Amino acid sequence: MSAADLFSFFYQFADVFAFLILSASGLAIVFGMMGIINMAHGEFIMCGAYVTVGLVNLGVPLALAQILAAIAAGLIGVVVEYFIVRRFYKRPLDSLLATWGLSLIVTQSMLLIVGSSIRGIGTPEGSFAVGDYTFSTYRLVLFACAVAVLVGLYIIFMKTRFGVLARATMQNAAMAKALGARTGRIYAISFGIGAGLAGLCGALYAPTMTLIPTMGATFIVESFVTVVVGGANVLLGTAPAAIFLAMIRMALNASYGQIIGQIGMLFAVIMIIRILPEGLSSVLVRRGR
Amino acid sequence: MLRLLDGPQTLGKGPKFWACFLVVLVAALIYPLFADSYDVGNFAYFLLWIFMALGLSLMWGYAGMLSFGQTLFFGISGYTYGVLAIVMGGGSTTIVALVLSVCMAMLAAAILGYFMIWGGISGIFFGIVTLSATLVLAFFLGQTAGSEWHIGAARLNGFNGMQGMDPLTVGSLDIEGSVLYYFMLVLIVVVYVALRMFVNSSIGNVIVATRENPQRAEMLGYDVRKYQLLAFVIGSGLAGLSGALYTSWGQFITPSSIGLPAAAMPIVWVAFSGRSDLTATLVGSFLLLFGFQTITIYSQQAALVLMGALLLATVMVAPQGFVLGVGRLIAVRWKRWRGGGVAKTEPARLQPDEV
Repeated sequence: MSAADLFSFFYQFADVFAFLILSASGLAIVFGMMGIINMAHGEFIMCGAYVTVGLVNLGVPLALAQILAAIAAGLIGVVVEYFIVRRFYKRPLDSLLATWGLSLIVTQSMLLIVGSSIRGIGTPEGSFAVGDYTFSTYRLVLFACAVAVLVGLYIIFMKTRFGVLARATMQNAAMAKALGARTGRIYAISFGIGAGLAGLCGALYAPTMTLIPTMGATFIVESFVTVVVGGANVLLGTAPAAIFLAMIRMALNASYGQIIGQIGMLFAVIMIIRILPEGLSSVLVRRGR
Repeated sequence: MLRLLDGPQTLGKGPKFWACFLVVLVAALIYPLFADSYDVGNFAYFLLWIFMALGLSLMWGYAGMLSFGQTLFFGISGYTYGVLAIVMGGGSTTIVALVLSVCMAMLAAAILGYFMIWGGISGIFFGIVTLSATLVLAFFLGQTAGSEWHIGAARLNGFNGMQGMDPLTVGSLDIEGSVLYYFMLVLIVVVYVALRMFVNSSIGNVIVATRENPQRAEMLGYDVRKYQLLAFVIGSGLAGLSGALYTSWGQFITPSSIGLPAAAMPIVWVAFSGRSDLTATLVGSFLLLFGFQTITIYSQQAALVLMGALLLATVMVAPQGFVLGVGRLIAVRWKRWRGGGVAKTEPARLQPDEV
């Protein structure tokens, strides 16, 4: 195996890994930490993508548009948390139904208002060659963003005062409140961060795919699967889960094609839930103690 | 056997309830005499979805398993019916195709259910796995456009879906129009009555016990997994019945009947109606389907927005379901009016705390 082959292998892995991390990181906070089964996760992704494309078509530079889109999705997330999600912290299954209702409302309204597709923006040019293969630079940018998101989450939740308060609130809201933490605000901000990360995912993938209001469905299975495999401890679980799933997916995709890759991932999840109901992070946490 | 018709697991009992039931049934029976054949066909179309809703009510309301896989089994059965009706040559063999496709859905449910239930997957994970399986099937069928995807003479045709299969036929009688309507009506009465007897039987009571408290049911010596699997297979089989009838009704089926947003529809019907009662599910689903179809004529998106809004409103305002809530209210008012002001509410049924 030549160096070029090796790099090609890494490149494909990085591609799937970035997709899983970016689509799952927002859900990891909302579902993994806060316990809200957010079926509207895909719609926050869609929101990020549409804002990005809309701004770029208005002449805003791509990178700036992407950042603004993530912020917009985050703000919408805070509003949604205030009006809907807030009531469901003690009723996880109802949160699923409520957000699914929301998701239906949003996708179908978008179909009514915007129509089935809007003018997309092309993937940023730029490629490089390693050996006989050429690669798109943008895919590596996505990988770098995924790593940056992981590092950023680690810093926010492990190194800041907000992070400590947030983790305390998720662990025991009543106790945190008694100790003076403003749990309502912390929940709202955490949900906003989750929604913002979903928006970022949509913003980053907007140039690479066709924009349709139902595009959220493309992401939703992968994100849930990654979070479920990752388990309760988001900071420890999501990255190993993405690596694990990316490996399976890549091996199956390469030899049998996309659809077997998806089915294989589904089987892997059923097996993981069977063997490790708490997800991969439970093993890592146990080791750490 | 007949005394199982009324029991602790179903609302409505005694002569008054069954008198109402008979009035509705008679009205349904003579309806085709007054309506034109187009409306009768439409009504038959609403009725075919009821099985799927009743199945979900059994799984979710009675057994406490929220399955998003109703359209998965709907699709498996619908496609199986399509393939079999074409491969076996149509005609009277379509009845065999109907039976086999429902069996196929139940077999698939047994396999998936075995892996999930014996694998200890419950609660939200049950929902996530069934939804993933549903979306994977929709995705798979969507990419079968090529001519290599065929079973005998039956082409799967990717997103455009299968077509050209015979509708249900007995001898020279096509089951279409008002014949189909009566066929559905009979099936619904049979399924509804059978399910009532099932949930009030000793098996049904155990199924409810596994929802209320799985550990306690297990301590009492019941193998919880078997009862859950039974409920899952029956519920999914009913979704399969809907699927095969749907393919026969329209003589086509596409992957969009399986994926989103179709997969959300049974959840909306059953949640809105009141998942923990069969009668509420029957009435509510029919009302919603009627309303949905009326609006769809103008705009399908608007109808789906309304469905989403109803789901959201149900969860936020009446988590146990609107139809069930209204039904209880009427029952209480009725008793208060009859009892001269002293309201003696019926003994509250055990409600699932957090299913």
